Amino acid sequence: MSITIRNALLHSVVQIADDHLILGHRLSEWCGHAPMLEEDLSMPNMALDLIGTARTLYSYAAELEGKNRTEDDFAYLRTDREYQNCLLVERPNTDFAHTMLKQLYFSAFMKPFWDAMHHSSDATLQALSHKAVKEIAYHIRHSGEWVVRLGDGTDESSARMSAAVSALHPYTDELFETDAQRLHCIEQGVLPELGEIKLQWSQTIDTVFTQAKLHRPNIGFPQTGGRQGLHTEDFGMLLAQLQYLPRSYPGATW
Amino acid sequence: MVASVDIKTARQVAASVPDPELPFLTVADLGILREVVLEAGVVVAKLTPTYIGCPAVSVIEQDVLQALTLAGFNAKVQRVNSPAWSTAWITEQGIEKLRSNGISPPDGNNNGDALFATRTITCPRCESTLTEKLSEFGSTPCKAHYRCNSCLEPFDHFKCH
Repeated sequence: MSITIRNALLHSVVQIADDHLILGHRLSEWCGHAPMLEEDLSMPNMALDLIGTARTLYSYAAELEGKNRTEDDFAYLRTDREYQNCLLVERPNTDFAHTMLKQLYFSAFMKPFWDAMHHSSDATLQALSHKAVKEIAYHIRHSGEWVVRLGDGTDESSARMSAAVSALHPYTDELFETDAQRLHCIEQGVLPELGEIKLQWSQTIDTVFTQAKLHRPNIGFPQTGGRQGLHTEDFGMLLAQLQYLPRSYPGATW
Repeated sequence: MVASVDIKTARQVAASVPDPELPFLTVADLGILREVVLEAGVVVAKLTPTYIGCPAVSVIEQDVLQALTLAGFNAKVQRVNSPAWSTAWITEQGIEKLRSNGISPPDGNNNGDALFATRTITCPRCESTLTEKLSEFGSTPCKAHYRCNSCLEPFDHFKCH
């Protein structure tokens, strides 16, 4: 592997890993607080899937980097500007409607992404794609069903779901953002073209929104910046909680 | 260490290690023990995770390593991600053990991401098909929770993956 492609791959792998870690952490915040027992099982289980994927990706990033860092160093010991997750995944849970819609937006993107990664020229990512895609299909179903139930539910649930759409939709453009490093990976056949993925994402969202009687808004001002490490204010609080233990007790082990 | 390593015994030792969450199943029943081979005098047990976020993965790896070590082998465990594990790898014997332990086994039918898809799951106790899903996730991430409307027993269904 040439140095250029290795660096581009490292950069991209960390971005994808960050998306999974941060969304997984947000989901885990619901543990013990879900509106019913079933959801109290579902959300931490989905968080496990996402954090498991993040672990695999961070381990791979550490290997690509070759500086003796571990998955934990990537997850716990970076500053806010070094995290390159998209802003969507770090948005606060707010209420159950926001949480489920956020999950749907992300899963509807990752499903076609992992499908396309079955043809990646990178063996590690290709292997991971076969595992991750099965799990993400569940996430689409689970969150999609809730978006329909709430959107086409009572006046209260419908109002909350509409508010979630207004709040979160402007963050979805960033899912399809690329930079020079990512483009290099796409050219090399390591990462997939995003055009087809965006089409599939739109189809999934339209199908769910039609059933949910929700209106898909036009994005006037896309919210972006996470890929450059420019985060929303809520990210600081998230990171403080995520990193508390390894920062307070450096080197702590089980 | 004996000069010639008895790889056949090593395979048996590794294959008989139970799954920590479904202790009536062995790693061989589950199909997660890929192979046990001899590499430069070291017994290498190759395991694949079921679900990527499965919290039992590390425990299973430790258990296999411990079993081999206690049996006197110089062993190590290697995680293999490709090809990805699927429920189709659970052996016939494993499927039977699941059923006899009250868990409805995977049926080779995966609905993917279809919304509100209804599936017919058979009750492992009374074989009725009048069952309903209570929760997409059950006692472990790999299982969903169902209830039988004939015998009224709740049961776990091992999801097809």
